[in-house]
Amino acid sequence: MRKDPLIPRVYCHDLIQFNNRSGVLSMLEIVFFYIASLVALIATVMAMTRANAIHALIYLIVSLLAVAVIFFLIGAPFAAALEIVIYAGAIMVLFVFVIMMLNLGEKGDKQERQWLSPSVWVGPALLSIVLLAELLFIISDVNGPVSTSSVSPKAVGLSLFGPYVLAVEISAMLLLAGLVGSFHLGRRYLERDYGDERGKE
Amino acid sequence: MSKIIWLIPLIPFVSSITLMLFGKNLRRSHIGYLGVSSVGISALLTFLLAIEFMQNQEVIETLVWTWMQVGSFAPGISFYFDGLTLVMMSVITGVGFLIHLFSTEFMEEDPSYARYFAYLNMFVASMLILVMADNLLLLYLGWEGVGVCSYLLVGFWYQHSANGHAARKAFIVTRIGDTAMALGLLLLFSHLGTLDIQVLMGKASQVWEVGENIPLIACLLLVCGAVGKSAQLPLHTWLPDAMAGPTPVSALIHAATMVTAGVYLIARTHGLFLLAPDAMIVVAIIGVVTSLMAAFTALMQTDIKRILAYSTISQIGYMFLALGVGAWSAGIFHLMTHAFFKALLFLGSGAIIHCLHHEHNIFKMGGLRTRMPVTFWSFMIGSAALAALPMTSGFFSKDQILLQAYQLPDLGPGLWMAGLLGALLTAIYSFRLVFVVFFGEANTEPDKDTEWRMAIPLSILCFLALVGGYFTIPVVDVFPVTGGSHPAHWVEYVSISVPIVGLVIAYFVFLNRRINIETLTTSSFGRGLGNLWLSGWGIDWLYDRLFVRPYYRLANLLKSEPVDVIYNAIVELNQLLNLWLSKSQTGRLRWYLASMVAGLIILISLASNLGPGVLQW
Amino acid sequence: MDGLDIPLNHILFISSLLFAIGMLGLMIRRNIIFILMSLEVMLNSAALAFVAAGAHWGQPDGQVVFMLILTVAAAEVAVGLGLVLQVQKRFKTLDMDHANRMQG
Repeated sequence: MRKDPLIPRVYCHDLIQFNNRSGVLSMLEIVFFYIASLVALIATVMAMTRANAIHALIYLIVSLLAVAVIFFLIGAPFAAALEIVIYAGAIMVLFVFVIMMLNLGEKGDKQERQWLSPSVWVGPALLSIVLLAELLFIISDVNGPVSTSSVSPKAVGLSLFGPYVLAVEISAMLLLAGLVGSFHLGRRYLERDYGDERGKE
Repeated sequence: MSKIIWLIPLIPFVSSITLMLFGKNLRRSHIGYLGVSSVGISALLTFLLAIEFMQNQEVIETLVWTWMQVGSFAPGISFYFDGLTLVMMSVITGVGFLIHLFSTEFMEEDPSYARYFAYLNMFVASMLILVMADNLLLLYLGWEGVGVCSYLLVGFWYQHSANGHAARKAFIVTRIGDTAMALGLLLLFSHLGTLDIQVLMGKASQVWEVGENIPLIACLLLVCGAVGKSAQLPLHTWLPDAMAGPTPVSALIHAATMVTAGVYLIARTHGLFLLAPDAMIVVAIIGVVTSLMAAFTALMQTDIKRILAYSTISQIGYMFLALGVGAWSAGIFHLMTHAFFKALLFLGSGAIIHCLHHEHNIFKMGGLRTRMPVTFWSFMIGSAALAALPMTSGFFSKDQILLQAYQLPDLGPGLWMAGLLGALLTAIYSFRLVFVVFFGEANTEPDKDTEWRMAIPLSILCFLALVGGYFTIPVVDVFPVTGGSHPAHWVEYVSISVPIVGLVIAYFVFLNRRINIETLTTSSFGRGLGNLWLSGWGIDWLYDRLFVRPYYRLANLLKSEPVDVIYNAIVELNQLLNLWLSKSQTGRLRWYLASMVAGLIILISLASNLGPGVLQW
Repeated sequence: MDGLDIPLNHILFISSLLFAIGMLGLMIRRNIIFILMSLEVMLNSAALAFVAAGAHWGQPDGQVVFMLILTVAAAEVAVGLGLVLQVQKRFKTLDMDHANRMQG
C-alpha cells in the first residue's frame, strides 16, 4: 500500500515512521496527546465563559487547533487538515466577520456579564453533569488502543468517491441550500440603511 | 252491523282531528254542527247496534288490524261487544251527545270554541275505545287517552294558572294509579302470556286457585288503577279541583264516563277478581269508606260544583261496594243510573252558572225556583234520584246494592249499615243544595234563562233519571249469577225509609229553619269538625306535607344539576391541565434547549439499559 | 502518527467532556452568537468521536463522516448567521429571550 508508484511519498511521513521504532517517540506522542486535550478543554471552557464575543471566538479557535493536533496524533492527517482549514479557517472566520459587522461594542460586553450571573449556571450545570455521567457510564466498557496505524488521505479520497459518492452529492446539495438561504437572509440587512443601527447606540 | 262497529269510535276521532287542524278556519256554527253531529252519529249507530243485540244476543268480536307482533304476543286493535259493552257505549254516546248539545250554548261566547269540541270529541273516542277494547293493552290506550283529554279539558282555561294547576294535579294523581295498573298488566302478561280479556280470564281460572297470591297482587294493582281513575280513597284528591274546567266537561268526564272507567275495568275483569276474594273485600271497603268520607265533606261545601264532585266520589264508592260484594250487575246498573242523574245535576248547575254570570257559591244564590223553572225541576228530579227516593232510578240501583251487600257473610251487615249512613248523608246534602239554591231570597238575579239547547238535554235527562230504573240491563250473560235469596223484609224497609228521613232533616234545617243547628256549628267542637270535613278530612293537607313539599325540595336541590358536577369536573380538570402545561411553553429558546437536554438524558438512559450488547464493543 | 497507544476510552471521554461543556454553554448563554458557538463546540466533539472511532478500526469511514459533519456545520453556520442578522434587525437586540412570541 505504501509502495504505490502513482502517489508520491510524503517525506515527513517516512521520517517519522522510520523513527517510530524507538519507544521514546511514542511516549512523547502520548504526552502530546494529553497536553493537547488539556488545552482543548481549557480553551473551550474559556470560550464558553467570556463576555466579549471576539475573545470567545479566539479561544474557540485555539480549541479547534488543539483538536486538530489530536487528530494528527491518532493517525488521521486528512481530518486534521480539514479541521484547520475549513473549521478554524473558514467557519470561525465567518463568525468573526459577522460579529464585527454587528458592532456590539462595550455595551454588549457589559450586558453579557450581567447575563452570566451564577444563579443561571446551577440548573444547566446539573443537567450537563448528569448527561456526562451517563455518557461516561456508557463508554466505560470500550476497550482497546485508539489506533494502530494511520489512515492516509488517499484512502479517504477513494472511499469518498467510491462507496460514499452519494453522500458527497447530497452534501453538495446541502451546501447549495445553505448558500441560497444565507444569501436570502442576509440580503435585506445589507441593502437597508446601515445608519439606522448606529443611531440606536 | 258488526262489520262497521269500528266506525263508532272512529267518527268522533276524525271529527276531533279535523277540528284540531282546521278549527280556526271554520265558522262557529259549523264547528258546533261538526262536534255535536259526530257524537250524534255514533249514538245513532250504537242505538242500531243495541236493537240488533236485543234481537239476537250475539257477541261480536272484530279485529281491525294487528297492532304489533313481538314473538307470540300479537295484540290487535280488536273490539269485543257484549251486553256490558252495550250499556257503557249507550251511556257514553247517549249522555255524551246530550252534553255536546248543551255545550254549544254553554260555551257560545268562548273564544276557543273549536279546541273545546276537538278535545271533547277526542275524549268520547278514547272512552269508546276503552270500553270496546278486546285486550287490556287497547284498554290501557283508551285509559291513557281519557286521562290526557281530562287534563286538556280541566285546564281548558289555561290562562288562569290555578286551572293549569288543577289539571296537572288530576293528571299526576291518576298517573300514579295508571302506573300501578301497568304493573298489574305486566304481571298478568308475564304469568299468563296474553292480554286478551276473555282468554285471560279463562286461562287464569285454569292456572290459579282461588285465593292464591299472584292473582291477588295483580287484582290489587288493577284496583290501584281503578282507584286513581275513579277518584276513590286515597287517590281522590284530584276530582274536586278538577271542577276548574267547564261544567259540561265536569258533567261528561267527571260524572258520567271517565270516573266510571275504573268500575268498568273491575267489572270487565271480574273473572280475575273472583280468584282473589281478598281483593274484592278491599274494593268493598275502599268503596264504603270513600263514600262516607265524601258524604261528610259534601255536607260542608259551599261551591255548587264541589258539592256535586264529592257526591260523585261518594256514589262511585257505592259502585265499588257493589263490585266488592259480588253484585256485578247492580254496580253496572248504578253506573248507568248515576250517569243519568249526575249528568242532569251537573248540567243543571251549568245552567245556573251560565245564567248567573259564573257564580259558584250556593249561599250567594237563592230563590231560583221561580226564575229558572226548567233548571229547578231538573235539580229536584236529579236530587231525588241521587238521594234514592222511592221510584226514582237511583232508588232501584242503590237498593239493589245495599240488599246484596247485606247478604255478604261476616262483613255484610257492617257494610250495609255504613251504606245506609251514606244514603242518609246523601239525602241531607243533596236537598241542602236544592233548598239553599232554589228557595228563599234571591241574592243574585239571573240575567238570562236557558234556551232550547240547554233545556232539551236537561229534559231528556230528567226523563231518563225517572224511568231509568225500569230498564233491565242486558248483562245477564256477562256476569256470574249470585245467590238469589232475599233478606228479611225489615232490611228493605229500612233502606227505603232512610233517604226520606234525610229529606225531612234537610227540610227542617235548611228550609223551614225549625231545627236550629247554630249551637252545634258555632261551638268549638262543631267548628273544628266542620273545618275538618270542609277540607276533605285533611287529606289534601296530608299529601301536601307528605309528598308535594319533599318533592319540591328535592327538585330544588337538583335544580343546580349536581350530577353534572362530575362532567363539569372532567372539563375543568382538562382545562386546568391545559393551563399548567401551557405554562411550559415559555417561548424562550433556552428553556426549550434545557427541556431537550433533559429528554436526551432520559432517552440515553433508556437506550443504555434496554439495549444489552448494543453499545458493547 | 502511526497509531497511539492510549485506550479509546480516553478520547471518547474527552469528546464527552467537550460535548457537555458545549451543552452547558448552549443552555446558559442568552446571546445568539454564543449559542451558535456552543453548537459548533458540540459538533466538533461529535466529529472527534467519529474520527477516533474510524482510526480505531483503521478505516476511512470516520473521516468521511467527519467531512460530512463539517459540511453540515458550514451550512448551518451560514444560515444561522443570516438569522442572527435578521434577529438584530427586528428585535434590535441579540437577546434570545426576546424572541418568545410562541409562548402560551
